[in-house]
Amino acid sequence: MKFLRRFFIRLSNLAIGRSADHRLQEEIAEHLAFQTEENMRAGMSPAEARRQAALKLGAAQAIREHHHAEHSIPFIENLFFDLRYAVRMLLRSPGFSFIAIATMALGVGATTAIYSVIDATLLHPLPYPNAAQLVRIESDLPGVAAHDIGISVPEWRDLESSGIFQSVSVSGHGADVNLTGSAQPERLSYKHVTPNYFSVFRVDAQLGRTFDPHDATPGFNLEAVISDGLWRREFGANPNIVGKVLRLDNDVYHVVGVMPRGFRDLGSTNDEWNTEVWLGAGMAGLPFPPPLRGTRLQSRVVGRLNSGISIAAAQERLDALVNSLKKQYPAEYPAQAAWTVRLIPLGESVVGSVRQSLVLLFGAVGLVLMISCVNVANLLLARASGRGREIAVRQALGAQRTRLVRQLLTEILLLFLLGGFAGFTILFGAQRLLLRLVPESLPHLNDIAIGGGVLVFAVAVSAAAGTIFGLAPAWLMTGVDLIGTLRQEGRGSSGSPGRSRTRQILVVGELALSLVLMVAAGLLLRSFWDLFKVPPGFNPARVMAIQTWLPGPNDPNQDTYRTATQEAVLLREVLRRSRTLPGVQEAAIGDMAALPLGHSNPSQLPLIREGIETIDNQAPVIDSPIVSPEYFRLLGMPLTRGRLFNDQDLESTPQVAVINQAAARTYWPNQDPLGKRVRLHLDSRELLNAAGPAWTTIVGVIEDARTESLADAAIPQIYRSVYQHPAKALAIFLRGQLDPGTILGQERSQVQAIDPGLPVFHAETLEDVLSTSLAVRRFSMEMVAFFAATALLLAGLGIYGTISYLVNEQRREIAIRLALGAQRSTILKMVLRRGFGLAAAGAGLGVAGAFIVSHFMAGLLYGVSPNDPPTFAGVTLVLTLVALAASYIPALRAMRLDPITTLHSE
Amino acid sequence: MKEKPDVLQGTLALMVLKTLDVLGPQHGWGIARRIEQISGDLLAVNQGTLYPLLLKLEHEGSIASEWGASENNRRARFYRLTAAGRKQLQAETRDWEQTAAIIARFFNVRAEDLT
Repeated sequence: MKFLRRFFIRLSNLAIGRSADHRLQEEIAEHLAFQTEENMRAGMSPAEARRQAALKLGAAQAIREHHHAEHSIPFIENLFFDLRYAVRMLLRSPGFSFIAIATMALGVGATTAIYSVIDATLLHPLPYPNAAQLVRIESDLPGVAAHDIGISVPEWRDLESSGIFQSVSVSGHGADVNLTGSAQPERLSYKHVTPNYFSVFRVDAQLGRTFDPHDATPGFNLEAVISDGLWRREFGANPNIVGKVLRLDNDVYHVVGVMPRGFRDLGSTNDEWNTEVWLGAGMAGLPFPPPLRGTRLQSRVVGRLNSGISIAAAQERLDALVNSLKKQYPAEYPAQAAWTVRLIPLGESVVGSVRQSLVLLFGAVGLVLMISCVNVANLLLARASGRGREIAVRQALGAQRTRLVRQLLTEILLLFLLGGFAGFTILFGAQRLLLRLVPESLPHLNDIAIGGGVLVFAVAVSAAAGTIFGLAPAWLMTGVDLIGTLRQEGRGSSGSPGRSRTRQILVVGELALSLVLMVAAGLLLRSFWDLFKVPPGFNPARVMAIQTWLPGPNDPNQDTYRTATQEAVLLREVLRRSRTLPGVQEAAIGDMAALPLGHSNPSQLPLIREGIETIDNQAPVIDSPIVSPEYFRLLGMPLTRGRLFNDQDLESTPQVAVINQAAARTYWPNQDPLGKRVRLHLDSRELLNAAGPAWTTIVGVIEDARTESLADAAIPQIYRSVYQHPAKALAIFLRGQLDPGTILGQERSQVQAIDPGLPVFHAETLEDVLSTSLAVRRFSMEMVAFFAATALLLAGLGIYGTISYLVNEQRREIAIRLALGAQRSTILKMVLRRGFGLAAAGAGLGVAGAFIVSHFMAGLLYGVSPNDPPTFAGVTLVLTLVALAASYIPALRAMRLDPITTLHSE
Repeated sequence: MKEKPDVLQGTLALMVLKTLDVLGPQHGWGIARRIEQISGDLLAVNQGTLYPLLLKLEHEGSIASEWGASENNRRARFYRLTAAGRKQLQAETRDWEQTAAIIARFFNVRAEDLT
């Protein structure tokens, strides 16, 4: 209690401290006056009277300080003193302060910007209760190089009863469905989910209910849960929505619930975030394949682990389960296929794809921050030589070194914090602009916010950096040679050797760090450029793709476009009408898999070759786009052998396919693929009518095109004709001089003139598709390049500062040399040699560092080796040139030194 | 010259309080003079240490102060005892007397008294 009371008094003294001290001073003065008067009355001379009075009183200053220590909190007080002093010092050299603050603002601002992205994507937990329990379950057949092969219904039941999971949900990949009955037919993303789907996530509906988790109805149940977005957009947030009809692909569903705002379906990957309708389904029963162990649904599986079980432990138990199932059903799980089931934390599966890019960016930005810090530390040391005298005087007057260090550290910290705050403020002001740079494919894009958490990060980073990079300069600055410094009247101190060495080490470090960054940027730039310039193998110029989707009702008999023959009538008419549109020269149709680079989930089919014994599980999977005969010509994919499709390839005629060279090389090495026959097992025709094997004959081979990924030249493809295989998700390709503003409307009216129930949407040029496919790479490349340029600039400034300083320090020596007849060019060379020496040391270190870093980022590179000699050589050259240029100005100044004036002024 | 003993730790406050009790409101210099006189110049009071003590006592609420005019018309700060201060003085006086009595008893004891 007493302690507390004293503390409060001290605290209040802190607030009114000045007045107490003032009063003490007044009273002491008053006392002296009394005593002097008394002494004078005793007969002393006035001077002697004052002297005696002062002697009797004791050391007034000591009394004040003692009183002060007694009555206040010295630590905070000192902090205030130091802060005030620091502000004064900063204001006294505004140029220096501005540069230092701007440098830190750049470093902290950039770091904070990347942090805000990382915070939103990598650090935010998924928005579900106990999200750590959620796992994605993926099965692979590594023996036949098949990944994420889906799950069969018996396997799902095994997982559910394994005791590892609370529950396991199965959902479709996410697909699209036509919503009709509204003003304009709309295409929505929907997902088939097992009824326990929402209970796995533990999210309930905001209105109505979700599915009954125990509902085991085989096939579809005609209930729909809709998203908050769809509810507001299509139904005007009607509170009586529950029970209303939803017409999807001509089937009648009833809305049973609306999910809360902000519920995002992260079922498995970030690609599926925009799901708007969930349909309950038992994955057995029509139209799903019969529940055989080997018949896997192309599905995503998400489970919730039992509480208290770690992922590693769960994986162990799962492995045991898999092994026992393999023993139990040897025919279904052949040893060669090596069936495995993996657990992946759900959060990881959502952001896994961008983690590497983000970590790289954070690394790059960390280097920029370090370079900024080094630069500011360097500037501080440079200024130390100007302040040596001040510090020496204060030390001579008895200031303790720790006290001085603390004061200098306060000054440095203030500088760093101001810089950090400035960086944050700029970021805050520019966030709209910056967010536009972020590629749209980044998961959690909408969560990126420059707010309180980010501010805390910025302040923490600045404070940590200030402490780390401020201690050494503060220590070095206070370590002055008292006598030496004070004796050099007016000449400014020639800094201690330690300080000079530290500065050189800092500059070397700075150069090395920027070289690392520049190499990283150079490699990324080359990768990007190579990708950008890579011939895609098809001609995207002047091509637009417009999407339309045909409904696929649950009952196949209700489907007006059930067979290829039925669909052909529509498609031929669409093509005929499309060709009449203004500017259109050519038109073709393909399914989504045929849209180059524009689809994220290629649906792959097992490929069974005639004459090669293959068990279903072991079949390799292959992309199988479905296209109209004009497709290849429109996209400029040349035929190398055989023939393309023609109008005589119809449903009633033998099935034919065209493959690309990659498929020919992979599946028929050293053979002529023409005439070979294959079956694509999950062919929908075969599901409905499994009477006889439908063999497909390969009739042509086209050249490889990079239609899946620009980075991959040879992905096997097998094309089939849309007139033999009906496809639901269609893209209409148009080539010609098109007006992107009107073409969508024109095409829509043509298509809907044939069938008013078809949605027509999303017109994009293939060139846009191409460029979007590079968005994440472009983003990292641009960012790293920006950071590298910043780093180079900072490093240049750093070396300039250091060389100027060295020259300044050697002024006298240079002047004497000149006076004794040294050539000016020798002086120039001497200074430049020092700059070059620093640059060489920095470059040497940097190259070593860059080798290590570039190998870490090998996965992000394309077409360029991590040790790419031209990049390393070019970057080293640029860095050396910049270093020399930065040394040149001080060197010039040294050369032009006038020996007479210089020596006089010394 | 004989060294004057320093004021015993903590007793200065007691002297100040008692001085104010006896003399009524008094300024700092007056208090210092008074202590010197009473001690017959036997005690060395560092006059300067008095002022921090006065401030401390005032913070603790034992004394209060206000500006006034001294005998020779100088502006001076006058200190007076508060009710709390008076109570504190009584308590400390009792304690001091007790301590002094105990010490005195120790001094008076002779060896034969203990057997």
